[in-house]
Amino acid sequence: MIAERWLNLAVLAGLLGVAVWARIADQPFTITLTTRAVILALAAVGLNIALGLGGLVSLGHAVFFGLGGYAMGILAFHVQTYTPLEIGPISIAGSTSMPVIWLTAIALSSLAALGIGLLSLRTSGAYFIMITLAFGQMFYYFAISWNRYGGEDGLSIYVRNGFPGLNTLIPFQFFGICFALLCLVLLIGDRLARSPFGLALNAARQVPVRVETVGLSPFRLKLVAFVISGAVTGLAGALFADLNRFVSPTMFSWQLSGELIVLVILGGVGRLIGPVVGAVLFVALEHLLGGLTDHWHVFLGLILLVIVLFARGGIVGLLSRRRLGDG
Amino acid sequence: MSAILIIEQILNGLQFGVMLFLMAAGLTLIFGVMGLINLAHGSFYMVGAFAAAAVAGVTGSFLLALIAALIVAALAGAMVEMVVIRRLYASDHLDQVLATFALILIFSEGTRWIFGSFPLYLNTPATLSGPVTLPGGIQYPLYRLALIAVGLAVWGGLWWLIERTRIGIQIRAGENDREMIAALGIDISRLYTLIFALGAALAGLAGALVGTIQSVQVGMGEPVLILAFVCIVIGGIGSIKGAFIGAILVGLTSTLGGIFLPELFKVFTDPATAQAAGASLASMSIYILMSLVLIWRPTGLFGARA
Repeated sequence: MIAERWLNLAVLAGLLGVAVWARIADQPFTITLTTRAVILALAAVGLNIALGLGGLVSLGHAVFFGLGGYAMGILAFHVQTYTPLEIGPISIAGSTSMPVIWLTAIALSSLAALGIGLLSLRTSGAYFIMITLAFGQMFYYFAISWNRYGGEDGLSIYVRNGFPGLNTLIPFQFFGICFALLCLVLLIGDRLARSPFGLALNAARQVPVRVETVGLSPFRLKLVAFVISGAVTGLAGALFADLNRFVSPTMFSWQLSGELIVLVILGGVGRLIGPVVGAVLFVALEHLLGGLTDHWHVFLGLILLVIVLFARGGIVGLLSRRRLGDG
Repeated sequence: MSAILIIEQILNGLQFGVMLFLMAAGLTLIFGVMGLINLAHGSFYMVGAFAAAAVAGVTGSFLLALIAALIVAALAGAMVEMVVIRRLYASDHLDQVLATFALILIFSEGTRWIFGSFPLYLNTPATLSGPVTLPGGIQYPLYRLALIAVGLAVWGGLWWLIERTRIGIQIRAGENDREMIAALGIDISRLYTLIFALGAALAGLAGALVGTIQSVQVGMGEPVLILAFVCIVIGGIGSIKGAFIGAILVGLTSTLGGIFLPELFKVFTDPATAQAAGASLASMSIYILMSLVLIWRPTGLFGARA
């Protein structure tokens, strides 16, 4: 049993340590694997803002992940094919600059989250879960039928996008970018949870009626949380697409939405570092079990069942001294 | 665009709709009575289809295959309920989503382990193959007509079961007040297992019936599951009538949208653009329908509670 703050630092130091070790030992594959964990962690940290703080069980977060991915894919595709990107009468050049892509990804996914949130937050509970799931499918089928950008086959981007002053093709440098973004988002997430907004949101999750009585609108609090959450997951999507240099409709698939929830729960819902622990564990399981058998999903499913039925609170909940109030 | 084509497509839409109803009925019953959101319902659809394909492969009898699908899916449902689902009734929706997601992983990968990745095929029974001529000279596959008949029969059967039998009274009572009917001496956990097995059997039946039109493969259940969710969200969760209306609406919208939207767009733009835009819009049409219904009525057409 240890204080949660030290656990948080230990997890981040551990991630950085693995990457540094892999850099020294010249193991680019391990760096890529760690980067994958960091990016998935970022996506799950985003989901945790809606899920942990807002109590919004979104089974459609792949929408934002996919939009981030396609923001990268489409911008880079137009540079790659030397064609301008035409949106109605406006014609702009694509981009291979990561900051531009990130901002586009964040803008697109926030907008989508606003639209989906406005509709879905009119409902709650099981309706909310099913509706977010359905919106996910809507984007998935749209991406499949959008032949301009690869349709079902997706888009391959041959050169990883650039970041001023860094060579992103070197795995360790790309890891550094992703890791820095994760730390930044964690810091913001921590501030957010302690801010008046975070406290009000927490209250809106637990006793919406009381929040309403003091003059705050639970709907608006949850909507803002949903948009922030979508934006972070969208950013992660853009990084994920850059990691693989490939985007396809599977980034919109409902399995991905499910896996993001799994990451959050594995680690511990509502905990700052929970999603990171979950993502690391998931990637480690995927790598280790996947090396043993092609059917590793059976074992993942069994592990998940055991956690849901017997270890509520996830890994961080088991390790940490702090108990979360039941919401 | 002839009248015959339109009637054919409407029949196709109805056929798709009643098959969705078989899935949606179980989901909505399970949610209405137990308050459980069951993502693994698509797995029973898959289990039913695989059981039917395996039995049909050995015996060659379609009837035996259907019976096998019903029994195996019901047994799988009862087992899952007793081992896992029973522990989730008191949990929140998040735990239910996660546990049933885990069940999907286990079922899908387990099935792949046993049967391999290649799709299996189920043949249409000889007595039901070939077209029939409908009034007006329309040629339509007999098998699809039979599917519509089965769907309508199940709807009638469920109505009878819920409105006219003792078990139906218990189910309706369980929806309203589970403590009270437990206090009246009804074994509520046996009732729950029964309802869950019934829902699973209907899903398995749908899987086996549709398996003859499409191929039987791992992962076939989830797209149907999500469409069934859309149906019950449109109809109102917990309502059998809502599930039926929702399923028919979704079936018709999806089928007719896929055919007519590209045609409609051709009026305005060139054929290639119209084909692409129409296909995109058609694939999104049911979700747009769902959004519209929700803006109008956040708890669905016949839903009482959120």
